[in-house]
Amino acid sequence: MSKVEKKMSKQTKPKETKKKLNVLIVDDDAINRKLHARIINQIGGVSQTAENGEEAVILHRDGNASFDLILMDKEMPKRDGASATKKLRAMKVTSMIIGVTTLADNEEERAAFMEAGLNHCLAKPLSKENLLPLINHLLDAYNG
Amino acid sequence: MDALISQLQRQFRDYTISLYQQDFLDDQFTELKKLQDDGSPDFVAEVLSLFFEDCVKLISNMARALDQTTGAVDFSTVGASVHQLKGSSSSVGAKRVKALCVSFKDFCEAQNFEGCVRCLQQVDIEYKTLKTKLQDLFNLEKQIIQAGGIVPQVDIN
Repeated sequence: MSKVEKKMSKQTKPKETKKKLNVLIVDDDAINRKLHARIINQIGGVSQTAENGEEAVILHRDGNASFDLILMDKEMPKRDGASATKKLRAMKVTSMIIGVTTLADNEEERAAFMEAGLNHCLAKPLSKENLLPLINHLLDAYNG
Repeated sequence: MDALISQLQRQFRDYTISLYQQDFLDDQFTELKKLQDDGSPDFVAEVLSLFFEDCVKLISNMARALDQTTGAVDFSTVGASVHQLKGSSSSVGAKRVKALCVSFKDFCEAQNFEGCVRCLQQVDIEYKTLKTKLQDLFNLEKQIIQAGGIVPQVDIN
């Protein structure tokens, strides 16, 4: 593990910020939506959920959606994570998008998902420990 | 009363450890408990309720898809349901259910009907067993609180 990775892995709380993190959780599984919403809540953010990629795209259609972070599941009905990410980037959505994969996904599948326009990829189940360093990196951008 | 609380706390601790040692639960359940606090005191129960609802629905889907009397077995539907159940069980730390789903998935891919039926029966037993055991655990928690005690943090490692 590099020095930077070691430092990031020791983070246990979000950095102070005047701005409350606004997160969109996109997942077809109700348990994951609830879990991820709770994680976001515990680190001081607020969240909204969408049950699939198509709902996520519809939320952004009028141009008023403003999420700091989108947690995008990979496999979903109606519109999957890669398709939704590509569409959102084509719509000039600049939110940080973290792809949520499973451990069963191989390197090629993860790389293909990243290619859609993700900022990062994490395997579920998510935890505060693996999400927080990425979120603090995002908050650095607001504080900096 | 102190003696009663200590006894209940000991039972709770021992029972929790046994659930991990017998592979009913894994680290993800520990993560779930960390997400529960005064702001969301019923979080674990709510998540588990969703999981057990999922189990009922998905097992029913799989049973229908494996019913040969209605025509050819629909292994694709079975596989999709197994995949979902594997995901849910992984999210809540239901270790035995998740492990069964791995075998189940292999039988689906091999289109092994007998293997699938066996796995379905085992999954049904395992989720019901887990549900009973977790209910017992939550009852112990309730008894501790009602006796005026604090539910102990249990270090699994």
